[in-house]
Amino acid sequence: MDSEKRPMLPLIGSEIVKSTLTALWFMFLTFPIMVIKISPLDKTIHWRWMNLVYVGAGAFFLSFLWRYFMERKVQGARADEDGGWQKRAGQRISTDRRIYLPGLIALGAFVAIFPFLFSSYQTSIMITALMYVMLGLGLNIVVGLAGLLNLGYVAFYAVGAYFFALMNHHFGLGFWFALPMAGAIAAIFGILLGFPVLRLRGDYLAIVTLGFGEIIRLILENWNDFSFGPSGIAGISRPGIMGASLTLHQHTIYLYYIMIVMVVFTMIVVGRLRNSRIGRAWIALREDEVACQAMGIDKAKTKLMAFALGATWAGFVGCIFAAKTTFINPSSFTFMESAIILSIVVLGGMGSIMGVVVGAFILILLPEYLRAFSEYRMLVFGASMVLIMVFRPQGIIGGIRQHYTFQRKPAADAGEGGDAACA
Amino acid sequence: MLKVKNLHVYYGGIHALKSVTLELSPGEIVTLIGANGAGKSTSLMSISGIVQARSGEIVFEGVPINAMAPDRIFSLGIVQVPEGRRIFPGLSVTENLDMGAYLRTDRHGIKSDMDYIFTLFPRLAERRHQLGGTLSGGEQQMLAISRGLMSRPKLLLLDEPSLGLAPVLVQLIFATIERINRDNHTTILLVEQNANMALRIAHRGYVMESGSIALQDTAANLLRSEKVKQAYLGIQP
Repeated sequence: MDSEKRPMLPLIGSEIVKSTLTALWFMFLTFPIMVIKISPLDKTIHWRWMNLVYVGAGAFFLSFLWRYFMERKVQGARADEDGGWQKRAGQRISTDRRIYLPGLIALGAFVAIFPFLFSSYQTSIMITALMYVMLGLGLNIVVGLAGLLNLGYVAFYAVGAYFFALMNHHFGLGFWFALPMAGAIAAIFGILLGFPVLRLRGDYLAIVTLGFGEIIRLILENWNDFSFGPSGIAGISRPGIMGASLTLHQHTIYLYYIMIVMVVFTMIVVGRLRNSRIGRAWIALREDEVACQAMGIDKAKTKLMAFALGATWAGFVGCIFAAKTTFINPSSFTFMESAIILSIVVLGGMGSIMGVVVGAFILILLPEYLRAFSEYRMLVFGASMVLIMVFRPQGIIGGIRQHYTFQRKPAADAGEGGDAACA
Repeated sequence: MLKVKNLHVYYGGIHALKSVTLELSPGEIVTLIGANGAGKSTSLMSISGIVQARSGEIVFEGVPINAMAPDRIFSLGIVQVPEGRRIFPGLSVTENLDMGAYLRTDRHGIKSDMDYIFTLFPRLAERRHQLGGTLSGGEQQMLAISRGLMSRPKLLLLDEPSLGLAPVLVQLIFATIERINRDNHTTILLVEQNANMALRIAHRGYVMESGSIALQDTAANLLRSEKVKQAYLGIQP
């Protein structure tokens, strides 16, 4: 830590007092459920005093740990100004060829042989995680780049999935034909949603998109003649490979490679988009709408483009999802899905591609591997989200734009306050 | 170059502009002065298309523009530098300038214009990689004007460039506005509260009062006018 001399002892003393108070408060709060145990059969009360001790010690320890990390965070922010080691390491990894090239090759090799190293179950989980990577990257265009909070993203995912399922059911359309078309149909739906919400921003936009997501789900649930209602569509064909018949295991491996190619493709496209003209227009739109118009940017076109391009990826993934599970029904497309995808984007880091990838892996794989603690799964999940948001509010890997370094004059501050110092 | 005739603008039920008529010739600096709420900014916003006028006409180089979308008006060469600077805080100085040249495709022209801007405002050159939001108020104003220049406008609409700046910086900004006009023959419509400064660099001026034009004259005459002195320059006779 810092070499800075600080009066450590009184500080620790006050921390101990605060943590003790926290511990006492927790002991008081949990007293009724942790200590008293009433057995209605023998009509006795069992006092479990040891539990009280455990709660106290645990709360004290966690509270102390919490304070320690909060203190470090504050000091870390100070250290960051002259370039924290993490930032320097990060820059080295991304700029030094000797470091990132072998790393990239090793990662590529691992990804390529993954399905042969692990079981079909592991591969299947990985496919799901990769699907969410794609969904996250798609939503990242809308939320991260263009700054339009979309809570109904799952609707486009549903559109893609139902498009393929229905086309396959009625006309026997194959996966490879349906994939680009699913993207296009989802894009059209993106524009359909975009038109009415052009004037909305922030909270209002979030509410309308939330409603849109629910509308699509409710239509699928209730329009039996069209979508077969809650019973869904079964027997959707898996992606074929030149008419060869594959076993289930081979299908999983095949789908895994399809997903890898799709994810790499998405990453390249989104990366290119971000640095393109339209990408810059999105970023400008997110920053300031009026200034954007004063720069001659067509606000309507730019927003619709964001909605359409974001929706396209959801359409692709929807199609792949239908092909993977071979059965879909409306319960796969609830608001919870939108919330998870949005969490991936926010947690990973808005506008950052690597962040979204990492975020998707954490949010999808963590609950999957925590199945062993099934009762506490959502608790751990929630706690880890809170922790990440407290300690890394910009996301696990924040947008690259936040990493510009600049020389700061000691007295100069951002914005208005700096006037006097700079004048 | 620009003719505004009998312009009426409403914000809901509020009659913000009452029959405003203005005219600008090429190469002029014209200032629009007046008290708070007189309709100065609204006039600019309706010229640049961000606010739609209810009636009246705006003609730019023979083209009626009152019903056009802001981006179309921009592409004709009318650029507004909005009040309160409104730079993009999360983008660097050069990225902000790039946004100003959004509709242009000539890389070399953009590069040379950026160099020209860095000679106008050397301080921006020093801070070219810094994020817009970390600049001081004066630097942000420089950036906002520069961003407007990046599209090589024929008509530059400046909305209160001196707002909230230290006197030294106000001097600098106004000197640069004069220089931009001289170097490129850019026509400038300048909205200001600081009537004294604005009238010193302008050729002509309009005085606005509660939504309509109260006076118009050459800047020199307005500076001498007793009425303007009393109402806007704060000089007691």
